[in-house]
Amino acid sequence: MTAIDPTAHLTDEQIEELGRELDAIREEVIASRGEKDAAYIRKVISIQRKLELTSRGILLFSLFPPAWIIGTAGLSVAKIMDNMEIGHNILHGQWDWMRDPKIHSTTWEWDHVSPAEQWKHSHNELHHTYTNVIGKDNDLGYGIMRVDEDQKWHPMHLGQPLWNFINACFFEYGIAAYDLELGKNLHKRRRNRPEFRARAAAVGRKIRKQVLKDYVIHPLLSGPSFLTTLAATFTANLVRNIWSHSVIMCGHFPEGVQTFERRSIKGETRGQWYLRQMMGSANISGSKAMHFMTGNLSHQIEHHLFPDLPSNRYAEVAVKVKALFEKYELDYVTGPLPKQVFSAWHKVFRLSLPNRKPKVKTPAKDKELVAA
Amino acid sequence: MTSVALRSRAWKLLELVTTPLLPSDYLDLVSPLRAGADLRGRIEAVHRETDDAATIVIKPGKGWRGHVAGQYIRIGVDVDGVRMWRAYSVTSPTNRADGRITITVKAIPDGKVSNHLVRKTKPGTVIQLDQATGEFVLPATKPAKVLYLTAGSGITPAMGMLRDARLADVVMVHSAPRKEDVIFRNDLHDLVADEALKLVELHTDTDGMLDVAELEKLVPDWAERETWACGPAGLLDAAEAHWAEHGVAEKLHTERFRPTVVVAGEGGEVTFGKTGKTVEADGATPLLNVGEEAGVLMPSGCRMGICYGCVTPLKSGAVRDLRTGDITEAEDSPTAHVLIQTCVSAAAGPCELER
Repeated sequence: MTAIDPTAHLTDEQIEELGRELDAIREEVIASRGEKDAAYIRKVISIQRKLELTSRGILLFSLFPPAWIIGTAGLSVAKIMDNMEIGHNILHGQWDWMRDPKIHSTTWEWDHVSPAEQWKHSHNELHHTYTNVIGKDNDLGYGIMRVDEDQKWHPMHLGQPLWNFINACFFEYGIAAYDLELGKNLHKRRRNRPEFRARAAAVGRKIRKQVLKDYVIHPLLSGPSFLTTLAATFTANLVRNIWSHSVIMCGHFPEGVQTFERRSIKGETRGQWYLRQMMGSANISGSKAMHFMTGNLSHQIEHHLFPDLPSNRYAEVAVKVKALFEKYELDYVTGPLPKQVFSAWHKVFRLSLPNRKPKVKTPAKDKELVAA
Repeated sequence: MTSVALRSRAWKLLELVTTPLLPSDYLDLVSPLRAGADLRGRIEAVHRETDDAATIVIKPGKGWRGHVAGQYIRIGVDVDGVRMWRAYSVTSPTNRADGRITITVKAIPDGKVSNHLVRKTKPGTVIQLDQATGEFVLPATKPAKVLYLTAGSGITPAMGMLRDARLADVVMVHSAPRKEDVIFRNDLHDLVADEALKLVELHTDTDGMLDVAELEKLVPDWAERETWACGPAGLLDAAEAHWAEHGVAEKLHTERFRPTVVVAGEGGEVTFGKTGKTVEADGATPLLNVGEEAGVLMPSGCRMGICYGCVTPLKSGAVRDLRTGDITEAEDSPTAHVLIQTCVSAAAGPCELER
């Protein structure tokens, strides 16, 4: 819903043709999904588990600085792998086609304080369906920030750079609160609803288990290294939180990403839905390792177009999707991680203040004057 | 404290360390066949039997409880990355010294699993197993006179029985298209040479199909024999009619490999197992809508096939993916149900959902 609609040059037929071309890309991947893909996710899971066990083993001796450094680094990476390339993608149903009950969206649980079941609802159903629709997609600022000019300013937003920083450090708790819709549900009238209480209890149980593992049992098992292991697990969680927060901020907040009005999605066709995903997401460019560590959310545009395709295929899909962007003269928003993170943070700072008053002269009038 | 209680406490502590995973998720990486794991097996060898049949040697996991000769097992194999379950008769004797079991698989045209097992499986592959089951077995007190009436791959359960116990008087009438199509032909003739078996081998390409009514010419005392029959539906239907006609139906035991052929139609009767509701559905309405209109509590999400908020186990029958027209059929297993997205799937013939 920006002043100038970057898709205005497309006719309805073109949008539907675009939809058919995207459907064809999707079909191609589905038809070729097979043993190699299955081997990929099993290998990633196996590496993650071995890395986590080894790192936790090394941390039993975390009193020795080299052990602390190696163990903490390993555990941080293991936690990032668990949340990003493994958890997020399995919970999207990307691997459900394997029919393996151990690697399935309905049975998977992740190293995160928000239970998989609740996250799936708020993320898969709400965010992915209503991507960037103001008032419908709570991912636009997570309900605590203003990340689009069209969101109403409130004095609370003055503090949003600080809120965003705190949210980054404790991101998994932020997500749990967000999935519980705490802002809405803590109201007196809603607080005692049995449905909300049951969900809050589930989050409580998950937090207790996670905290017990990372901050009690693992340090206790470390004996004399109790305190250093405690510091290590805290650091690993912090690293994971800041990393995933940064990656996710790059998905929809950088400059150039479009937002949409509620009424614009009424009676939306498949082609229009695709177009909204294309204009509402941004990628991160980088090496294979970078794509892997972001759980392939660096291919955010492709992920939003095809949220249930296996993540290891987004790289090849991206080549074809990018060609469609060029064909239809649309802007493919992408950039290296530091640039995109800066862009997203810049927006958080900029929009903490109310919108500047519109200029007296609109750009269109300027042009007329020049022409005259 | 007993050692069992102690062990369960230690296990609980381990679970606190491995949460949200279970200790077994880690142990499975290194020891998938250990005691306490889900039942699995490792394929150790694949022996070619005929052009399109092979015997698969499986080392079962520690949890394997053994089988009775004639029973079958369900196996879950990953074909092109997709876990598929099928049932096969055990063809090894119950007392095999090395503890291995074998199944013998005939590749059927367009059979995804059978072709994969016969032609592509490599030793070392880990597969999922279910415990042996089935009533098509030799009784504990062995009958004096036995007849095996088999055709094609229907010989497999009979071979399991033949190999398991040496009985006094055994006749087998076995049909296969040609000599080279007879599975276990060498083993059978070895048994004949040992006088453990009288064999009537019919090659239907040249001899024509067996007419069960004419069985008396091949086995004059057929009606006195405890008979196990396994093969195509035509043979079994004819045998059941023949035995019943002569008033000896109780002597005939049959086993069918493929009970019902799923025909993908234009919609069908949908049963919701848990709520016990049954409704007629056309082939175009998503099962999610069908369930909701019937008042069944259906999970739902985006209603366009992307969020997987609606996945539901398909217990039997077939459904059509409304986006692609692809048919998904229920698995032949009571435990491993295919999960379908109800928001983009319509009934393709009668089907049952677990809701």
